[in-house]
Amino acid sequence: MKEQVLEFEKPLADLAIQLQTLRDHSANQKIDCSDEISRIEAKLDETKKSIYENLTAWQRIQIARHTQRPYMLDYVEHAFDDFFELHGDRHIGDDHAMPAGFARIGGHRCVLIGHQKGRELKENIKRNFGSAHPEGYRKALRLMKLAERYGIPVITLIDTPGAYPGIGAEERNIAEAIAFNLKEMMSLKTPTISVVLGEGGSGGALGIGVSDRVYMMENAYYSVISPEGCAAILWKHREHAPEAAAALKITAPDVEGLGIIDGVVPEPQGGAHHDHAVAADSLKKVIVEAIEDLGRLSHETLLEERYQKFRKLGEFEVAS
Amino acid sequence: MFPKRTLDNLGEKKKDMPEGLWHKCPSCGDVIHELELNANLRVCPQCDHYNILPSGERIQLLTDENTFDELDTDLRTVNPLGFNDYTDKVAKYVKKTGLQDPVVTGRCTIGGHPTALGVMDFRFLGASMGSVAGEKLTRAIECATQEKRAAIIFSASGGARMHEGILSLMQMAKTCGALARHSEAGLPYISVLTHPTTGGVTASFATVGDVILAEPKCMIGFAGPRVVKETTHQDLPPGFQTAEFMLEHGLVDRIVTRTDMRREIIRLLGFMMPALAA
Ligand SMILES: [Zn+2]
Repeated sequence: MKEQVLEFEKPLADLAIQLQTLRDHSANQKIDCSDEISRIEAKLDETKKSIYENLTAWQRIQIARHTQRPYMLDYVEHAFDDFFELHGDRHIGDDHAMPAGFARIGGHRCVLIGHQKGRELKENIKRNFGSAHPEGYRKALRLMKLAERYGIPVITLIDTPGAYPGIGAEERNIAEAIAFNLKEMMSLKTPTISVVLGEGGSGGALGIGVSDRVYMMENAYYSVISPEGCAAILWKHREHAPEAAAALKITAPDVEGLGIIDGVVPEPQGGAHHDHAVAADSLKKVIVEAIEDLGRLSHETLLEERYQKFRKLGEFEVAS
Repeated sequence: MFPKRTLDNLGEKKKDMPEGLWHKCPSCGDVIHELELNANLRVCPQCDHYNILPSGERIQLLTDENTFDELDTDLRTVNPLGFNDYTDKVAKYVKKTGLQDPVVTGRCTIGGHPTALGVMDFRFLGASMGSVAGEKLTRAIECATQEKRAAIIFSASGGARMHEGILSLMQMAKTCGALARHSEAGLPYISVLTHPTTGGVTASFATVGDVILAEPKCMIGFAGPRVVKETTHQDLPPGFQTAEFMLEHGLVDRIVTRTDMRREIIRLLGFMMPALAA
């Protein structure tokens, strides 16, 4: 697959090409260009730093949607030791946008649920671009109930532009499927951990996200509406999505600042797509720690803390 | 809080209404006087089109005389994200509607049944759900649970309030969490869907009622019809996302007219609150 170079990364790509050309030239012509090479290398490092340490909300969204970004099943490969996928909601069908099953991570058994996107068209059609139908949310709940019964934690990996806004989805009550999960997750008597991997698209994300611990990957976003959707309504045009993205405060540091999440999972420089294994290690560490922490709590404490965690969210004033 | 108005005198709003205010029905085009429309609970006498019913009127229609005790009137919207124009926008709707928020909550009795009632008013910024709405509804549900009341919520909403970003999304989890505890306490929750109930409200407290009622022909959906059409490039089936469509597809238990709403809710509470049924 052709590497996807993001607009704001073009200066880096240009420098990388310059560097390569110079190296080739140096090797072919047997000329010592080491001074010039180290000058460009230094410039490349410096440019990387200045770009990656000052990412705008919109740039992070480009990273979150990068086609080489690790998806749920890439994390399964790198961070989990076993994944025994289970299929179907027992009523209508199986939703390929939301794989789920038993898994192991760092020696712990768990139920693993997540959104899965595809990298090319065929896979993306199978995965419905990571937008689940009601069946996905109902399969997720079915498996969460199994986890509760067996006393094993639930891990959900969120990566969706949103629940699917289709005719069948509406007919089969997608809103109810999400709402029912919100209600049921609040009373699930087993530890629950969610991580937003890439896109945390509104109700479609929250529908598997009412957990004891909620984290975001460093370049993920979590939002009530897509920046494009918000721009179309409030700015009257989708082209204003970068402004909407900034105004909505949807990057991991912003969402952490609003007190919504428990932590930000660091990614390799420039984003998880630069090194899947490193990103997966980072995710694994956070999940295993959370499993071990939550495992020490009684069900009573777990449920009370989960309730209070969401109960306190919201900002308002009390008039005097 | 609100003077009791019966069905007969609901139209007597003369004092606060300028003379000659006419209403053109958006559905059939029939022109009638506001007073006549109010007397008919804002339902078009010609074509049965349901116009939006302000929350004050809704509460009077529904609750036992002089029992409505409004809760949390002191909660005010803030601008947590510093969203451009948001404060002014809210102020405009406060002025326009006389409400502080689309959500009004309170204790009341309905047919003698102790109830915590929440009503959303679509006139206020499309009844979008922000922190105040979520907090008010959560407190009302918690009040119902503590005081062994039925919880009843009349929904109408354009969805979550995007000016409050992720905080408004979290109100979905918060309200559903309170309803989970209410269910565990063995207490009933009736959700009534009115025009239009969409987005994050549909995907949270509005669709987890023990019983879900809907006003005739009201729009009920997760995504807006335009979004569905643009996403799927398909023609929408007839009646898509109406109460009748959702009844057919198993979301709505029963469609109830505005005139019958109080009577039917009292009947329902008779089954759902057995301690008081005798
Ligand atoms: Zn009419």
